[in-house]
Amino acid sequence: MAGGGSFDTFPKLLLRNATQFGTRPAFRHKDLGIWQTWTWARVAAIVRAYAAGLHRLGLQPGEKIAVVGSNRPKLYWTLMAAQALRAIPVPVYSDAVADELAFVLAHAEARFVAAQDQEQVDKILSVSDRVPHLQKIVYDETRGLDGYDDGRLIAIDDVIEDGRAALTADPALGGQMDEFVRQGDGSDIAVILYTSGTTGASKGVVLSTRGCIDAATDTTRFDRLADHDVVFAYLPLAWVGDHYLNYVQGLVAGFCTACPESSETIEQDRREIGPTFYFAPPRGFEAMLTRLMIRMEDAAPVKRRMFNYFLDVARRYGEQVLTGKPVPLRGRLLYALGRLLVYEPLKNVLGLSRVRVAYTAGEAIGPDLFAFYRSIGLNLKQLYGQTEAFLYVTCQPDGEIYPDTVGPAAPNVDIRIAESGEVQFRSPGMFMGYFKDPAKTAETMTSDGYVKTGDAGFFDEKTGHLKIIDRAKDVGWLADGTMIAPKYLENKLKFFPNIKEAITFGDSREFVCAMINIDPVAVANWAERNNIAYGSYQELAGHPLVYNMVAEDVARVNHSLVKEKALAGAQIRRFLILHKELDADDGELTRTQKVRRRFIAERYAPLLAALYDGSHEADISTEVTFEDGRKGTIAARIKIRDMHAAGSADPLGKAA
Amino acid sequence: MRAPDTNEILLQVEGVALAFGGVRALRDVSFNVRKGEIRAIIGPNGAGKTSMLNVINGFYHPDHGTITFKGRTRARMQPFEAARGGIGRTFQNVALFKGMSALDNIMAGRSLKVRRGLLWQMLRYGPALAEEIGHRHRVEEIIDFLEIESIRKVPVGRLPYGLQKRVELGRALAMEPDLLLLDEPMAGMNLEEKEDMSRFIIDVNSHYGTTIALIEHDMAVVMDLSDRVAVLDYGVKIADGTPDEVKKSQAVIEAYLGVAH
Repeated sequence: MAGGGSFDTFPKLLLRNATQFGTRPAFRHKDLGIWQTWTWARVAAIVRAYAAGLHRLGLQPGEKIAVVGSNRPKLYWTLMAAQALRAIPVPVYSDAVADELAFVLAHAEARFVAAQDQEQVDKILSVSDRVPHLQKIVYDETRGLDGYDDGRLIAIDDVIEDGRAALTADPALGGQMDEFVRQGDGSDIAVILYTSGTTGASKGVVLSTRGCIDAATDTTRFDRLADHDVVFAYLPLAWVGDHYLNYVQGLVAGFCTACPESSETIEQDRREIGPTFYFAPPRGFEAMLTRLMIRMEDAAPVKRRMFNYFLDVARRYGEQVLTGKPVPLRGRLLYALGRLLVYEPLKNVLGLSRVRVAYTAGEAIGPDLFAFYRSIGLNLKQLYGQTEAFLYVTCQPDGEIYPDTVGPAAPNVDIRIAESGEVQFRSPGMFMGYFKDPAKTAETMTSDGYVKTGDAGFFDEKTGHLKIIDRAKDVGWLADGTMIAPKYLENKLKFFPNIKEAITFGDSREFVCAMINIDPVAVANWAERNNIAYGSYQELAGHPLVYNMVAEDVARVNHSLVKEKALAGAQIRRFLILHKELDADDGELTRTQKVRRRFIAERYAPLLAALYDGSHEADISTEVTFEDGRKGTIAARIKIRDMHAAGSADPLGKAA
Repeated sequence: MRAPDTNEILLQVEGVALAFGGVRALRDVSFNVRKGEIRAIIGPNGAGKTSMLNVINGFYHPDHGTITFKGRTRARMQPFEAARGGIGRTFQNVALFKGMSALDNIMAGRSLKVRRGLLWQMLRYGPALAEEIGHRHRVEEIIDFLEIESIRKVPVGRLPYGLQKRVELGRALAMEPDLLLLDEPMAGMNLEEKEDMSRFIIDVNSHYGTTIALIEHDMAVVMDLSDRVAVLDYGVKIADGTPDEVKKSQAVIEAYLGVAH
């Protein structure tokens, strides 16, 4: 199994792979309907010619080359060619609007840009007056660019061809190229990754070559990734996940990176390639499952019954089978039959048949969703990381998987919980600093060299695994000093199908309260099955039986908190069900459907007051925006339900 | 907008007249199409636009007048002869094989290029296989060009209208025509689909160098797209020239605004 070993730069690793795995596939890309393959030896030759071409165009060591586009072999080779010249690649999100692109290009002082196609070239040209350092734009797809009359433009193919010709004509150039690679050092900057910028302007995270390779050596060992593995590169090139999981791990382990034909063919291409290592954010796995369930609805009744029966079997025995725990003979036989009839065909349809290790990260994953994939035999695990760590902070080892933890510290990562509850770490891959922003760097680092994650968490006592509970700035404390993590509670509530949204309060208060939005589809469905008549969403939301149902869900959340010492005191004591759905048009949600807690607290101030003054109902009148833009008001009297604290005999205090 | 490469005339229509019983669909219409240009024929409903296209590709035979294509003049010709001669077309109402995949539909456009006999093709062996691979390669280039990779294997009957139109354009392109006739390529499309289609038409013209004659009644689209525009009204050509010239023509304004004749 390959690792970084004594190789401290990517060009050296590339040459190592060309010798060691010369005939093994390094990249695949579907082009004109056929999967094209490049071996490590061929890639090394192309990258050498490409680097020579870029050198002849004037790219100097230490200069930046931005890379804008989706997952294409030639763009990955641009990263390699730049690093072979000791220049610094700066991947940029291909869907960045012109302004963001201009900011990154100017901030990174990019002299070269590698663009995927005409769309990206047009975007770069439109902001080129704001990018003073820009000198050359190289592009992958020539379509539509033939007629452009701009001396700065040149096709990547032409650069490679020029480099190849020059290398043949001038042996001294080859020596010069070798010299660049020899000079390369682990302390060189490997790449600058700009964070996507959900919180303010994007920052350039500077990563060192040695750090990248060490981190990837650890994780490829951890998951036993080797040259026979295949990954499917479909997530943004500029995102740390793609750069780490595919590009860096690919070079370190020598495995093959497969690029889809286009963003619309990802599902088909994944099936054809059959990756062995796979990453998707929770919503990716959720979308896959939803599509599957919708198709099952249309299946013949016999098939549907079989599907449901064996999913039930999987729920009972799947996790034990996957982790190799003892399973009764009957369960073993049923599961084997289910694997033959349902699980394997299902994974085949999803293109997950050959997956040995799958990861998800980025947000909380619903326990049912997580359990579903694991029960059908997909080794899905969670990791926790961030760009500043060069991805991994924690990851779940095989056999120690819990849906609500993100695992113990990744190999060689040192984690501690600060007094404020914030997770802090030191890791081999940790960043060198933010590019041209020492103030921000200083803000993020502790004096003893740990990186502040901005997330609050704690180590689970039973398992010793890390639990991430919230963004640190959202964490609050009850009046008695108990820590509360609103988002953690809200996620727990939202995992129940009846609950669509939840907003919890409690900072500087005596106890925790929640406002809840029911899911109209799920609850309407339930009402229909139980012959419950209602005239409107408002009436349904206020129905006593609906309150009873939601109260059960809240009680279950409270019960689950008892087991978590740090949060046991933060149980929900009172809740109400809102009379209208939270809506981005009313400013209650962001456009990406995240609740705006502070805004809701202001807008529903009378309800919030009632939650804490002990009254059992409250009147509220709010302005709403209809779909056609007209405004109106909705008035309602809303009931408040008290909850008992689970576990301890803790009295309810004055709210009862 | 790209200027036509040369002033060479690819198609000359001279004094064409066509009547269906008492309806005189075309009256003494003359115009030409230069090699490499995008030529539009516009006009209000019932102006005789589709009749004109049908005359050009041999579907109708004109009562009077001649058609000269690539220097050869003829009065009567069958549609398959037109196709063999290098005239491809799409239809106002999509005319695809609904049950076949997008790929097979476009492959069907290659049928005139297939050299091996039916038996060879059925055997799919040796030279016939090599030939099919060659055709498939051309078709894949078109699929890539029109950005329809994701629907390659989907039966076209299940595709939305805008995509069906694109597949149809692909099939017409597969025969590598010298002259491509497009019958209302943007009919029934929303703004975004229209913009997409306009881009593909311009790309086809500049990338493959295909001469394009299109019929359309959306004035705005035509004016942006075309090098030259001919305007028909009640079977008579009332204007001909660059989009700017045509826009200023009093006859055109009257025809479109419905001023009494």
